[in-house]
Amino acid sequence: MGEQRILQKASLGELFAKLIAGGQRILAPVKSDDRVEFAAVKTPDQIAGDYIQTTTSAKTAVFPRYETMLRFRLKGKDVDVDELTPEAKPTVLFGVHPCDAASFATLKAVFTWDSADAYVEPKLEKTTIIGLSCTKGDAYCFCTSVGGGPGDTRGSDILLTPIDATKYLAEILTDKGRAIVAAAPQLFTPANGEAKEPVLAKIAPRFAADKLAQKLSALFGKTDVWLNQSLRCIGCGACAYACPTCTCFDIQDERQRYGGVRMRCWDACGFGMFTLHASGHNPRAKQSERWRQRIMHKFSYQPERLKVLGCVGCGRCSRACPTDMNLGEHMQSLAETTV
Amino acid sequence: MTTANLYTPYRMKIAKVVEEAPGVRTFRLEFADPAQAERFDFKAGQFGEYSVYGEGESTFCIASSPTRKGYIECTFRQMGRVTTALADRDEGDIVGFRGPYGNIFPIEQWHGKNLLFIAGGIALPPMRCVIWNCLDLRDKYKDISIIYGARTVADLVYKQELAEWGGRKDVKLWTTVDPGGQTPEWKGQVGFVPTILEQVAPTAANTIAIVCGPPIMIKLTMPVLAKLGFKPDAIYTTLENRMKCGVGKCGRCNVGKVYVCKDGPVFTLAQLNELPAEY
Repeated sequence: MGEQRILQKASLGELFAKLIAGGQRILAPVKSDDRVEFAAVKTPDQIAGDYIQTTTSAKTAVFPRYETMLRFRLKGKDVDVDELTPEAKPTVLFGVHPCDAASFATLKAVFTWDSADAYVEPKLEKTTIIGLSCTKGDAYCFCTSVGGGPGDTRGSDILLTPIDATKYLAEILTDKGRAIVAAAPQLFTPANGEAKEPVLAKIAPRFAADKLAQKLSALFGKTDVWLNQSLRCIGCGACAYACPTCTCFDIQDERQRYGGVRMRCWDACGFGMFTLHASGHNPRAKQSERWRQRIMHKFSYQPERLKVLGCVGCGRCSRACPTDMNLGEHMQSLAETTV
Repeated sequence: MTTANLYTPYRMKIAKVVEEAPGVRTFRLEFADPAQAERFDFKAGQFGEYSVYGEGESTFCIASSPTRKGYIECTFRQMGRVTTALADRDEGDIVGFRGPYGNIFPIEQWHGKNLLFIAGGIALPPMRCVIWNCLDLRDKYKDISIIYGARTVADLVYKQELAEWGGRKDVKLWTTVDPGGQTPEWKGQVGFVPTILEQVAPTAANTIAIVCGPPIMIKLTMPVLAKLGFKPDAIYTTLENRMKCGVGKCGRCNVGKVYVCKDGPVFTLAQLNELPAEY
């Protein structure tokens, strides 16, 4: 639970000013038309108040939807190539809900196992997460089924819980968190055993992800289960684009007359093209097979391979789904299916 | 702190182009930077991402043997955007290559054994790397047999090398074309690869079988090998899942808990039997 302090909500402006003066960029949830998205802020009054989740997850801070990798100029038979490694700016991600904070363990596992990704890893290192406990959830939230919770500290460097109208209980969890406190130590006053639990949202567990991995392997061959699960799936990929832990990407060239860029962008295992061979053969030709891959990858393969769960229960996939598939419900149904 | 960028290709100069079959070409690629050529090393079975700047990257095996230093070769069929652009390049053009990626054929474990290579169509290239590697170390292995088939005589790749292997006393070679694919001059076999394998009936004793081909050929060849007495851990093949990153991150080649780009592309049949059949 880390060292506990009290931070007055009225002091946030001073904290932000100190952090910005210290060279940090602050990204926080900001209202933009009918969405709330992480964006750069200077003052706390820019931060959105009334929302359950940002529309896009906090992963965009380290793994943006589109990123250029190379720039080239074509010169007859030759080509000039510039490697574009983006500058990793010191960044404070403020107001990250515990589910999104937990997603960073998955991002780190994927992008640093075996070899480090030159685009994501430096940004992960330069990012400090100031989490914000959830005081409300909705029917799509299922963090408590995947090892998390509305006041879970995993992934946060500091976790703030709004224990009343005027102040946060601040849990200082890591060295990065302590560095934030050191920037403005007078703002973090001693705590007196204040509890965060009374204000936390109540999210009833629907299934237990840690008990599901083995069972999923046994369910793999039950094609009727996966067909029924995915009947509504139209393969639009919205779930993957909204997901804080989805990391699949494509690499493409964009060319103009004498040059262009090589870029990478998010991709989704739900797309039929994702695994299509040049020959026309497709290892996952059916949407039900692609839905199964999505579930297996997140709840069975990643836990086995990388020791992380590929889901944090934020529910964004389900809020974004145009056919209203609810992942919490689907997982509960798999947990209740007899092998 | 800088992390070496995994996605930056080597600059490669096309040193030689060979027309292998309709739509199929082999490029010999040399490193534009000799220092990179000096440091570069790979083993039989590995692959890379080949790119035409402006069109993108495509995944193929390294088709030359690691015993032949200073260059790599790739053989590809013109199919999509990248391979069409690649086919448009000529000698002297600069293209990109990053790699080597993936695991290897464990040819050192095969010392003292018979090797049986079975390939179909455009799948001879991944095997050509191993064949030359083993032929360059010929005294390490007992019998080396090759069964290679294509749809038609024109579709056979590496025709010059097939002639060379056929002329060697230390190689047994059977080439075959699908029924109807023969020409009046054709002196090889006529029949599908699994049929020819059944007729040749090589011994399974102390023999490693390496099988590469289209999914249908693999599917029909495995039962014949089983009938001949080959055990699943004595049969090797390569998976050809679609890839983008080559380094176990983009998620595309994921099958079960395996990333084909990291744990493959080389697998034994025993290993494949443990995986979902999503390849």
